[in-house]
Amino acid sequence: MLTSRRLIIAHFWLAFGLFGLALLLGAWQMLMRSPLSGWIENPEWYYRSLTAHGTVMAYVFPTLIAMGFGYAISESALEQPLIGRRWAWAGFWLVAVGSVTAVVPVALGRASVLYTFYPPLIGNGFYYVGIVLAVVGSWIWVALMSINLRIWKRANPGKPVPLAMFANVAGSYLWAWTAVGAALELLLQIIPVAFGLVSTIDAGLARIFFSWTLHAIVYFWLFPTYIAYYTIVPRAIGGRVYSDAMSRIAFVLFLVVAMPIGIHHAFMDPEVGAGFKFVHSVFTALVALPTLLTVFTICASVEIAARLRGGRGLFGWVTALPWRNPIMLALAFSFVMLGFGGAGGLINMSYQLDTSIHNTQWITGHFHLIFGGAIVIMYFAIAYDLWPHLTGRPLASLGLMRLQLWLWFVGMIVTTFPWHWVGILGMPRRMAFFDYGDPALAPLAFSVVLSVLGGFILVLSGLLFLVVLLRGHRTAPAEAGPYRFAEALHPPVSVPAVLNGYGLWVGLMIALTVSNYGYPILQLAVRSDTAVQAVYVGGSR
Amino acid sequence: MKRDGWTSASIGATAIVFVVSAVVGFILLPLAQPHLGLTGLWDAICSAAGVVSRPSPAVEAPQKGTTVVMTPNMLASADAQSIGRGATLAHQCAICHGPAGISRADSPTLSGQFAPAIYKQLKDFKTGARVNAVMSPFVVNLSEQDMVDISVYYAYLPRLPSPWRTQDRPAPKIVASGAPLRGIAPCGSCHGDLDHKVGSPWLGGQSAGYFRGQLRNFASADRHNDINEQMRTIARRMTPEEIDEAALYYSGEAGPIQPLPR
Repeated sequence: MLTSRRLIIAHFWLAFGLFGLALLLGAWQMLMRSPLSGWIENPEWYYRSLTAHGTVMAYVFPTLIAMGFGYAISESALEQPLIGRRWAWAGFWLVAVGSVTAVVPVALGRASVLYTFYPPLIGNGFYYVGIVLAVVGSWIWVALMSINLRIWKRANPGKPVPLAMFANVAGSYLWAWTAVGAALELLLQIIPVAFGLVSTIDAGLARIFFSWTLHAIVYFWLFPTYIAYYTIVPRAIGGRVYSDAMSRIAFVLFLVVAMPIGIHHAFMDPEVGAGFKFVHSVFTALVALPTLLTVFTICASVEIAARLRGGRGLFGWVTALPWRNPIMLALAFSFVMLGFGGAGGLINMSYQLDTSIHNTQWITGHFHLIFGGAIVIMYFAIAYDLWPHLTGRPLASLGLMRLQLWLWFVGMIVTTFPWHWVGILGMPRRMAFFDYGDPALAPLAFSVVLSVLGGFILVLSGLLFLVVLLRGHRTAPAEAGPYRFAEALHPPVSVPAVLNGYGLWVGLMIALTVSNYGYPILQLAVRSDTAVQAVYVGGSR
Repeated sequence: MKRDGWTSASIGATAIVFVVSAVVGFILLPLAQPHLGLTGLWDAICSAAGVVSRPSPAVEAPQKGTTVVMTPNMLASADAQSIGRGATLAHQCAICHGPAGISRADSPTLSGQFAPAIYKQLKDFKTGARVNAVMSPFVVNLSEQDMVDISVYYAYLPRLPSPWRTQDRPAPKIVASGAPLRGIAPCGSCHGDLDHKVGSPWLGGQSAGYFRGQLRNFASADRHNDINEQMRTIARRMTPEEIDEAALYYSGEAGPIQPLPR
């Protein structure tokens, strides 16, 4: 029962439109710093492009997907029209206006500070104001998801919350809390400096605030993907969710362990004590729990589908899977990339091993493989699955969809594997050019060229994706029926109260944030000798 | 399982993970590192938490550094009266810096220079952070307002076109790209043409002699009023050829680049 189709389509199109532009910027950046192109004569262009690419891909694109998909889940899983649709439009416009406000100073070269802000570098104030607006818009979505669930619960006392909505609201709560870190950094530290009210900034404190946001944001990006694993894939391939309870546990575990781990981004930072780095490292390792639970549950769910289709044997059932179904294909690709990316992540989260790859291309490779690969390929799958229900027209070209997913998978592997390799060789990330003529850097050249080819494949795949969606607006109308989610093998009759609500898990999330971040933040906040002179970028030429 | 079972199990498991990791991270691991010279349990915990109990003494700079704090909106707007006063005060500067701020000697050209850049140098001369036998005596009697007025006056004058750019030739590598392997940022990323950072002077039109001399002074630390030692660090790593290329690029004095005889 999708009644807010225009709202949802608006979110998806804004997201994918910006994604297409940022994808082109990414490919251009890879080309410019590869041996295929001469040294870029104005490196400022590179950082300008990098800032725009990161801002769109990390903040705007996944947030809009989570919002649009969230509204679709709320309406179809709860089977009630979205309450507060006007507010939802207000949130959408805040994100849209915020994005434009942020991107204009970037395009003018006044905010080439990269999306991670990097104080004491300070760009034009409107860049940060735009990001704050977009975040505020997304907080409206958080509130609406919570309100819609509450109203449903009141009308359905004691009934288990549908899994898709349960996970959706968990994701929104995670986002609400994790965005607080960057919001504090922007409002208390960066924006006053950007508008010239003060001229010094505690860069160390800012980095800790940012790490509060920076890691849990990854799990916010991951939530739509995991929701698709659990509630779209089994239905699309004719299976069942292996365990409803285990699925819920995986989602609430993300609430608990996603937050108190961000300081693993600051292993090399002198302003954080080694003890806190160790504790954050331990909690980072715990993220493996919900991930492995998910891998197990989804493999079991997929096996159910295969056996229902006549699959036999210990592993023979794999051949019985509907491999020509794009959703099946996307899941398989996503799992392969999640596997490699997760394995790389084990290096990043280890205090000692991290030293060898810290701030190298390895890191770029890692998060492109996880986010651009495992996560975004499921965003494609979500769009493919949802599109006929949004437009009232079927997507005709399954072959084109399969080709697109294959290209994205191959492109992402060809892009990120060489990045991992040159990272081990010590190639730093975020550099506008490299002197490949130098004997020290010459061995990198071949791998870098390979990754550029991967980038071009990704551009091709991204264009193909937009073509498939656009063609989906032009096929003959055919009612797709109500949008449904996968059912559990044993549909839940009643679930424990803690797995039907969030109180305990949000409580643990906040408690662990206080225990793991409280002292490092307080220590820097009360000391008076930690601020440094701000460095303002952009200006008269 | 009842609700209470879930709650206590979840909180208990989380607390156990936290306590165990805290004991390992704050007690066992620090104590396992003899080089830390820890005196006991509390010392280990404080060390792992990052408490600065024995702050290292501040390193005294060998020379007097700048005291100026640069801000983005510094001297961003100037009223006509201030510019007028600056024009009168600038008569005493004209003998070296030219009647219109365009130097014909090896002293810097000031017309169109960023006001904060001029102000910072005047202030540094006044505090002794920068010393020059000719210039230092001139600033002794300048008041704060005088320095502001002179700065905004010169910033008000038109800037000379960047000579090299009008000749339509590519900028030297050191200006456009720097030398990444030696950690040298492109000159243009702070001093104009690519980007501008507050406090960095516009270099177009400066004489090659002045340019070379200042880089030499930075390299030997005879000049030491750069805020974070960035110019001293860069100048030390530049080759004489790169200094010449940059000097000729910004001054536009010579035609094709030819290393000067030394």
